Amino acid sequence: MMSRLHDPHDWLYRLRQFNIGLVLLIALFATIGVLSLYSAGGGSMDRWANAHLMRLVLGGFILLFCAFIPIKWWYRLSYPIYGLGLLLLLLVEIKGQIGMGAQRWISVGPIRLQPSELMKIAVIMALARYFHTIPAEYAKRLHILIIPVILILMPVGLVLLQPDLGTALMICMASAGVLFLAGVSVWLFIGGIIAAASMVPIAWQFLHDYQKQRVLTFLDPERDPLGAGYHITQSKIAIGSGGLSGRGFLEGTQSHLNFLPEKQTDFIFTLWVEETGLAGGLAILLLLAAIFGYGYYISFRNKLSYSRLLTLGLTINFSLYAFINIGMVMGLIPVVGAPLPLISYGGTSVLAVMIGFGLMICTNIYRDSKLTRM
Amino acid sequence: MVQLSSNKPDTGQVFTRRAFVIGGIQLGLLGVLGGRLAWLQIVEGQKYKTMADNNRINVKITAPARGEIIDRYGVPLAINRPDFRVLIIPEQTNDIEQALDNLQQYISVSDRDIKKTVDQAKKSASFIPVEVRGNLSREDVAKIEVNLPDLSGVITDSGEKRNYPFAEATAHLVGYVGAVTKKDLENEEKNPLLQLPGFRIGKSGLEKQFDTLFRGQAGQDQVEVNVHGREVRKLDQVDSKAGARITLTIDAELQNFTQQRLSEERSASAVVMDVHTGAIYTMASSPSFDPNDFVDGISIEQYEELLANPAFPLNYKALSGQYPPGSTFKVITALALLEAGIATPRTSIHCPGHYNFGRDKFHCWKQGGHGWMDVVTALEQSCDTYFYKLSTELGIDKLAAMAHKFGLGEPTGIELPNEASGLIPDEAWKRGRFGEKWQPGETIVASIGQGYILATPLQLAVMTARLANKGHAIKPHLIAAINDQVASYSKPEKMDVNQRHMELVRHGMIRVMEGRKGTAASKQIDDKDMRMAGKTGTSQVKRITRAQRLAGVKNKDLPWKDRHHALFIGYAPLNNPQYVCSVVVEHGVSGSGAAAPVCRDILKETQIRNPASTEIVV
Repeated sequence: MMSRLHDPHDWLYRLRQFNIGLVLLIALFATIGVLSLYSAGGGSMDRWANAHLMRLVLGGFILLFCAFIPIKWWYRLSYPIYGLGLLLLLLVEIKGQIGMGAQRWISVGPIRLQPSELMKIAVIMALARYFHTIPAEYAKRLHILIIPVILILMPVGLVLLQPDLGTALMICMASAGVLFLAGVSVWLFIGGIIAAASMVPIAWQFLHDYQKQRVLTFLDPERDPLGAGYHITQSKIAIGSGGLSGRGFLEGTQSHLNFLPEKQTDFIFTLWVEETGLAGGLAILLLLAAIFGYGYYISFRNKLSYSRLLTLGLTINFSLYAFINIGMVMGLIPVVGAPLPLISYGGTSVLAVMIGFGLMICTNIYRDSKLTRM
Repeated sequence: MVQLSSNKPDTGQVFTRRAFVIGGIQLGLLGVLGGRLAWLQIVEGQKYKTMADNNRINVKITAPARGEIIDRYGVPLAINRPDFRVLIIPEQTNDIEQALDNLQQYISVSDRDIKKTVDQAKKSASFIPVEVRGNLSREDVAKIEVNLPDLSGVITDSGEKRNYPFAEATAHLVGYVGAVTKKDLENEEKNPLLQLPGFRIGKSGLEKQFDTLFRGQAGQDQVEVNVHGREVRKLDQVDSKAGARITLTIDAELQNFTQQRLSEERSASAVVMDVHTGAIYTMASSPSFDPNDFVDGISIEQYEELLANPAFPLNYKALSGQYPPGSTFKVITALALLEAGIATPRTSIHCPGHYNFGRDKFHCWKQGGHGWMDVVTALEQSCDTYFYKLSTELGIDKLAAMAHKFGLGEPTGIELPNEASGLIPDEAWKRGRFGEKWQPGETIVASIGQGYILATPLQLAVMTARLANKGHAIKPHLIAAINDQVASYSKPEKMDVNQRHMELVRHGMIRVMEGRKGTAASKQIDDKDMRMAGKTGTSQVKRITRAQRLAGVKNKDLPWKDRHHALFIGYAPLNNPQYVCSVVVEHGVSGSGAAAPVCRDILKETQIRNPASTEIVV
């Protein structure tokens, strides 16, 4: 008699495939977020930590929800979701035209939703869906790329209009990752990089002043130590002063005396390593490596092209957040408003990242499903 | 339905290979981040730690207590008194002007103070307390404290304020402190003390002269501040070191007595000094002012009143008042004549009441003349003719040399700012000043201390002391001790002047008081053991016109400003001199009439108090 645990159609079997290990890693990672926000609030849960915890719990439910929806459904819904995301982006754009300046969110009741965050996932889903049916050897053909390029450029264009260069670049990079995995010719990527580099001077003309400022400040932070370079200089001081073991939990002077700007959002990593030092910083990096690794583990176990591309695409997407945020606060790349997901205070990134992890686990639970063309 | 799960080996291989590439890139980037983190925290950690501390640690300078000034007996002349202030913290009030209005219900606050407070509050961060006014009485403080619930943002505290207990009596000598001006700041840009709110620096007198000694060393409070500069907690404290305490040679009670005595005249000054050491016991000038008014900044009206006073209360006349010494200078002329051999004790000159030199006629002060005069009687009766006649043989340069020997014509070097140098003219001076040759007639005028000659009361005291102490070149000084260190002064040099000659001159000065015809014969001290010797001086402010002389116009009937200055120099006791005193009564008409009684009273009080008999105790 076949055990229920070995019957792919039994819910107990599904439950057993649930990647509790990944969830534990995420929980551990998020705990650092709660601790950091507790510290950022001056040793109080009330300021940010409690709200963050609530969001994490809510995000956890969303993760579970996403994980247990059959992969078939996600597969079939990939294009509709992409379409919905595009629609939301368009909506934001129209509202932004009416209002003033950059608007990146739409309000749905009490929740402010940033469609661009969701769009990152939607693009990966759509690309995975597209390449699911295309064997690697075909992927090398140029005409195959027409649809993916359109799939990528539409949301990128809309995000650039917001304007949100950082998110646009992230969508490009994550998408490029998926294309690369799907088997698109390496030469195309090399050519693409060269083309992009040659586009830089032209793109420079289209940058907003504050964006130019950020790039210039990145190139020389001491250029304007009290102005644009202030954030990054103070962040580096905070990180550097942490030393090997940090100033001690709740003892970070840079953050508690408010020299560090945005300490609860974009510069939360800075606060954490100021107080916990290199040890705490490496803990975050190791946790990240473990989470990435888990993504590869899930992906490699899977035989479905859609699932493999989706999982690694999401892993790349998650890693991009981390690289950009941590690289920025340490002065490695220009200041872009990018949160450190699950640690920074803020709703949308938690939501987006949890959906992503939910999808990854979903591919694992339903890895023996058969995906059919609609 | 076509199944399209792409599980061809080829596809899988490409995917796996490329997945490893991306994984490798991710690992590499994590490595870069880790490396960067280690670089910032380990390699450059110390640098950033220092920068973080510079960010958060603010060093606050704390004001040291200003050094005190005490007299020879330890009586305080300049001290620091607690000063109660009321301050307001702008951020704790909704409306600062409203809050100040409320405050006015309890204590008086002038409109000027209110405006000052509001202006200041606008300039500084809102959590920094702004002083509304100082100088509160204890009752004021109590009223505010009781009503604090009504007075949001108002606080009281007590600081220190310079105070001069003897007020007018030591105003010129001790001086006063005042607020730091822009110019002071420019002079001492690097001194953080001067930037402290409410810091005071010496503006005149000893307060100015020894300002740096009095200031002491600033303390430091290390405080942790946040990005807005608000203090979060105190980290470290280095206490300030109080400034030096200076003990003066002054006898404050005697100074006070002198001031009282001088204030009976319209404008006068006096110096009392030790003949052997040059220690100043008293150095007063009247009229005076209250230096305490200057500490918080004197009002413009008050200041203008002081400036408009024709008797110049702000001037330290004992130090910087320059007067023709008149007949007091005859002691120098007499010595110069004796030393030059022009006069001997037996030299006799007939005084008919005037002396003719060329076409000029020089009048003796006594109409009808003194008859036959020798050096002693000439001094006793202050006969002008004796000196007129003999000085024509002496010449100005020899007279000037003697004057310089006795300390005239140059600053004495006393430890006070703005000392006047007086003036002893000679041939070279006249050439340099006017480009003209010295006229013999000018020597005649100079012989009786008129003409170009100018001296300060302090110089006159030094001159008298050098004569009384048998020719020791004492120098005046005020400082008896700094902190616990008693000041030591080198022994005065013995001057090359014939003792016999000085004896003669002193004899003449004794006769001034004791002789039957002495110019101040009736002004002797009534205590036999305290008797003094002296010399009167009456110096012309305005030339006596021929018309006045013929009309017999009395000097005391002239406008005050045109009357003669009255001078007197004296020492006591007679046989074993200990104290000298010089007195100048501006426009006092006559030395014997106005200055001698003042000098008598001061020298008597000096001998009663006898400050020289007590050692300086620190």
